[in-house]
Amino acid sequence: MRYLPHTPEDLAAMLQAVGVHSMAELFSTVPDECARREPLDLPEPLTEWELDAHMAALSDKRAIHAPGGHARSRPIAFLGAGRYEHFIPESINYLLGRSEFTTAYTPYQPEMSQGTLQAIYEYQTLTSRLLGLEVANASLYDGASALAEALLMAVRITRKKKVALSRAIHPHYRQVVRTYLDPAGSEIVELPFVESGRADVSGLQGVEDLAAVAVQSPNFFGCVEDLTAVGDMCRESGILFISAFTEPLAYGILKDPGSQGAHIACGEGQSLGIPEWFGGPGLGMFACKRQYMRNMPGRLVGQTLDKQGRRGFVLTLATREQHIRREKATSNICTNSSLCALTAAMYMASLGGTGIRELARLNYDKAGYLKQALRKAGFRIPFDSHCFNEFVVEFPPDFEATYDRLLKKNMVAGLPLSPWYPELQHHYLLCVTETRTRADIDAFVKEVLS
Amino acid sequence: MNKPLAPTGLNQDEPLLWETGSPGRTGFSMPRRDVEPFPLDDGIAGEGPDFPDLNEMGVVRHYTRLSQWNFGVDTGMYPLGSCTMKYNPKINEKCSQLAGLAGLHPMLPAGMTQGALRLMAELERLLAEITGMDAVSLQPAAGAQGELAGMLLIHAYLKSRNVTRNKIIIPDTAHGTNPASAALCGYRPVRIKSGDEGILTPEAVQAVMDEDTAGIMITNPNTLGLFEEHIKEIADRVHAQGGQVYCDGANMNAIMGMVHMGNSGVDVLHLNLHKTFSAPHGGGGPGSGPVCVARHLAPFLPVPRILEKDGVYHLSEDFPQSLGRLHSFFGNFGVMIKAYAYILSLGAAGLKKSSQLAVLNANYIKEKLKKVFHLPYDRPCMHECVFSDKFQREYKITTLDMAKRLMDFGFHPPTIYFPLVVDGAMMIEPTETESLEEIDRFVGACRMVATEALESPDLLRGAPKRCKVERLDETLACRQPCLVG
Repeated sequence: MRYLPHTPEDLAAMLQAVGVHSMAELFSTVPDECARREPLDLPEPLTEWELDAHMAALSDKRAIHAPGGHARSRPIAFLGAGRYEHFIPESINYLLGRSEFTTAYTPYQPEMSQGTLQAIYEYQTLTSRLLGLEVANASLYDGASALAEALLMAVRITRKKKVALSRAIHPHYRQVVRTYLDPAGSEIVELPFVESGRADVSGLQGVEDLAAVAVQSPNFFGCVEDLTAVGDMCRESGILFISAFTEPLAYGILKDPGSQGAHIACGEGQSLGIPEWFGGPGLGMFACKRQYMRNMPGRLVGQTLDKQGRRGFVLTLATREQHIRREKATSNICTNSSLCALTAAMYMASLGGTGIRELARLNYDKAGYLKQALRKAGFRIPFDSHCFNEFVVEFPPDFEATYDRLLKKNMVAGLPLSPWYPELQHHYLLCVTETRTRADIDAFVKEVLS
Repeated sequence: MNKPLAPTGLNQDEPLLWETGSPGRTGFSMPRRDVEPFPLDDGIAGEGPDFPDLNEMGVVRHYTRLSQWNFGVDTGMYPLGSCTMKYNPKINEKCSQLAGLAGLHPMLPAGMTQGALRLMAELERLLAEITGMDAVSLQPAAGAQGELAGMLLIHAYLKSRNVTRNKIIIPDTAHGTNPASAALCGYRPVRIKSGDEGILTPEAVQAVMDEDTAGIMITNPNTLGLFEEHIKEIADRVHAQGGQVYCDGANMNAIMGMVHMGNSGVDVLHLNLHKTFSAPHGGGGPGSGPVCVARHLAPFLPVPRILEKDGVYHLSEDFPQSLGRLHSFFGNFGVMIKAYAYILSLGAAGLKKSSQLAVLNANYIKEKLKKVFHLPYDRPCMHECVFSDKFQREYKITTLDMAKRLMDFGFHPPTIYFPLVVDGAMMIEPTETESLEEIDRFVGACRMVATEALESPDLLRGAPKRCKVERLDETLACRQPCLVG
């Protein structure tokens, strides 16, 4: 096996040095009742070349219905809903081949990890600028767990047990929040959405014992929320305001959450240069006001000086963390999404301030183009709010047949919403990013109408 | 003695991102604008973030230089205890980048994602076989989320039997994340001490196990690198009082093909695909922390789960007793691909041999260094061995000094000051992919450091001298936190 360097001579010399006669003797502390007697029942090992072919076949195997079960070309999908198809510069893929980054551990020894540490410090800075808040952490797993951690943080800060969640937050995120909050006894209040597709926070005024309210913007329906109004309400009621997101590119042209009163902004950063990867890994982005810094979950990189007075970076404020504070820690997280944070930093650096505005605008314009075209074609756009690169359309009741016909043409007509929102029968969430050309969009509209 | 390698190379200075660049540059090929601008309301429009503008080579050079200040497994031996810093095979990276896997949207209809679903279903089966457990969920995003999943499983299981319990037993040799994971379920950790031999005794567990205790979180092999020999009896006693046994499987690299976790009395176990199964650590993630369970806990696994019928795979949330969802989608698929490729490359014999060699390498280091460093538990170890700085403290040299000095010899230091049961701990995990020559060089460097501790201690106190920076002031970073520039 090419990953294992030991020759028979090495083995003999090492066994002798250890003072045992066989490999089996090394495991003398494993009692019989725990020991495995039969070999593992696993497939015969593959050579590098066999593995390559096997994986290529799995990669090509997408459609059940296509001839031979194979469909080589990527579908033309108008799908978003928390995971977005964006172009990724080849320079980023190439830089991620720098194995000094990829094969390192969490930077516990800062003198040997200045590359990771400076890069993550830069990531924290760009994240804080993107979200308009004073401090950001080194990343959490994904958008859903970032929101759950934000709510737990609010419960810790306020010592109140109740949190309010907009129903227009990604349904999976709300499921994860329940998983994290239910066992320890927090109560979750769900806020309805109104005709505009936005969250209705008016019912919160009288709620007692409320730690935080969380909304998502752009929300699951793609609608841009009135964060300023939510922020004003929170300020007056002394509630923490958590602003979540699934599409951070939106803040290239939209007002950021911090400037609209959010105390915490958190969400998914996959859009920033990370492949779709069937949903993971993601990047949990997390920023807050400086006054809550010591309550934050996750790793933090801070600037300091070395013995010569030179600038350097270290993991800091570790007394919040699990390995020191143990059960009183601000989170149990250890390994996070560091390489995805590095990727996002590379992506944000590649775009720059000028580029992110232009790319965000292009997403906005293309989604607007499809929305307009569908409206003109006579379909109802139920939520009349501003959107970024996603929106909801109501198709006729018999649209399912059209949806299936399009699938056979390798085209995905968005996401049907009724599994999560029974009241939204025949409603579909459509997404358009810069990867869809005008020709794609025109062809889609034509197919929908035919 | 083998001469240790000295670090070489050109460490270039590189400013912070925003200290470089110039407005108007770009490192991104902007897609063609083929639609007219759509009206944008002033009420929602923002100014956009204050990012520096760099061109493509500016970005490439920035990150290439930063990478040169980093040390990875590909740079040299990285014997960080409990972290399993083994070689990360390159073919696995290619597999994870395949267009039909990396470019797959998670909300596509199942009919368009059969290859990915099959990969996940097969990986679940492979991991069940390797651990000896009955069912697996790949959803947890990392080890600590796998632990949380384990606690939530136990919580959901007890709840289904109308049982409420408030405590959980955690030994002093368990992983550091365990108490925080348990606390998320509202469990109060009850700490117990390991015995004189560095392992748990059934009596110590019996003494605290009661009807208000949900179970035990046991790390096996434990953080002293020792196999918990009494695990079956401990499990029997916990089960006898209605408790469940959670095993932290972060150290699975020691026992593949050698130990059957199911037969050891374990009810739930998490794995770290980024440790045992060779996915790279990425400077701190992403990882993947699958959770493996005995049959009675399977109904409580996270949703969605993958089901197969007549060779066709689909996802189902129809498990009413499930603990719920843990991840935005189905877990860290990109990491699962690498673990799957690794298992298929090694097969049964290769995995078993890997564990055997990992244990051999650790025992070899233990024997070679036990006269130089204090070895608190002189017993056969598994994949790692734990020393202390007891001998060197006489010269006012600490574990930290020795760790920093090892950097000057071109090695990443071991895990230090963990586990807490050993004062001034140095936890060394070489893994199976280090060769005898490399291990001998490491041993040589450790011996030289020990000699210097005696003869020229200031060399250690002033270390490291050959990194990008000298020793960093962590107190300053904490007192005046500067987290953004």
